[in-house]
Amino acid sequence: MTDAPDHSARTGTFAVKRGLADMLRGGVIMDVVTADQAKVAEDAGAVSVMALERVPADIRRDGGVARMSDPALIEEIQQAVTIPVMAKARIGHFAEAQVLEALQVDYIDESEVLTPADEAHHIDKWPFTVPFVCGATNLGEALRRISEGAAMIRSKGEAGTGNVVEAVRHLRSILGDIKKITQADSAERYAWAKQLSAPIGLVQEIAETGRLPVPLFCAGGLATPADVSLVMQLGAEAVFVGSGNFKSEDPARRARAIVEAAAHFEDAGHVAKVSRGLGEAMRGQELSALGERLADRGW
Amino acid sequence: MSIGVLALQGDVREHLGALGELGVDARGVRRPPDLAGLDGLILPGGESTTLSLLLESSQMFEPLADAIATGLPVFGTCAGLVLLASEVRGGRPDQRSFAALDCSVLRNGYGRQNESFETAIEVVAALGAEGPSMPAVFIRAPLIERVGEGVEVLARTATPNDPEPRAVVLRQGNVLASAFHPELTGDRRLHRLFLQMVESAGTLRDGHGVPAGVA
Repeated sequence: MTDAPDHSARTGTFAVKRGLADMLRGGVIMDVVTADQAKVAEDAGAVSVMALERVPADIRRDGGVARMSDPALIEEIQQAVTIPVMAKARIGHFAEAQVLEALQVDYIDESEVLTPADEAHHIDKWPFTVPFVCGATNLGEALRRISEGAAMIRSKGEAGTGNVVEAVRHLRSILGDIKKITQADSAERYAWAKQLSAPIGLVQEIAETGRLPVPLFCAGGLATPADVSLVMQLGAEAVFVGSGNFKSEDPARRARAIVEAAAHFEDAGHVAKVSRGLGEAMRGQELSALGERLADRGW
Repeated sequence: MSIGVLALQGDVREHLGALGELGVDARGVRRPPDLAGLDGLILPGGESTTLSLLLESSQMFEPLADAIATGLPVFGTCAGLVLLASEVRGGRPDQRSFAALDCSVLRNGYGRQNESFETAIEVVAALGAEGPSMPAVFIRAPLIERVGEGVEVLARTATPNDPEPRAVVLRQGNVLASAFHPELTGDRRLHRLFLQMVESAGTLRDGHGVPAGVA
């Protein structure tokens, strides 16, 4: 090895993967199921779109096995917008991920919203050039996904419910444990690694920096500008909005308001202004009325 | 000296951190009143379409355009370069830019994320004597296709898809811009150069706060 600078262009490095997540911070990533919806999202100021065949609320209603989207739909959406396009692969389904990489999507969401393909293993994300985002309900889950190569974590929440309570629970759990680890002495860090079933190296990194080694975004149940302000004040660095937008009365307007709320989340006056007269939000569900919790998928 | 980082969306924290390492206590800028007393402004990486929209809805576009036109030193990285370029291709038709830097950029001109890359680039001596090459991370970066007369090219680099070295750092008067993200690496030469630009602009401008020495 020498210290000579490497003038070759290296793609798919971790810096490049997490770099895109960093550029999305402060923004809104919107679920879309058609090219027209993708345009609505881009017009509203979304930083990225998630190309899906069905939003989580419909996946919930329809039941059955939910899989990767049709490549033709993903390509249509890629052609419709200039912002990054993400798509979902089933947990553990590395072949779907390979297909999405071949389609040149900008981020792959290894997502509990789709039906898991492997009951024990998530995708080994390191060999891929395309970056991955994964969901997490707690810090241990987040760190296991990062150790598998995820370059962005989103708190899972409970997708398709329009109910923010689970997103708040997961975010508070992840950020609360991060705070505690920064207070832990060097011996306690090993106990944390054991308790979280997470690599000690990542626990030590958190102890030193006070934050997750990759950006922490929030997903699952966000339906209003105030929901966005809430989770960003709690510490989310950006938000995913799914059913909450296109299942509402006036998606274009709501999308615009949600983007404004993400940019000015600390300005309650502004959140109030953009929240006025948005029409009906998605109906939403009490969690006690749910059957299977999507957030329980993944390990 | 008072440096701001546009904080509507993007990698604001990394720029604040880079400035902090150089001893400058910078602040986020979201609204027109935040512009008061600024000696310099950084436009961070992010999504240029989102930033363009938020600049308008936050009533920031016109005051910022005026400030840049009347000499406010400004440094844009990636999306920040797109916001400064006089001509933007591959963007949205309603996307606005300050047109403060005479160049043409192609949005995402290096390709999608799978073609995003990091490398080491050659820089001109003006960027400091700490060694000739600078680590550079390009994320869905804008490609500088044309550089106007009177614009200095401070660095160029080739890529596997494009063997011709392309300009990646530009300077024109009070405007500095890079196609990549110096805030994502530990090399502070571009931020230091920007602070020097701020310092010399401050000593030239009448009635403006005299900036403290750059650490």
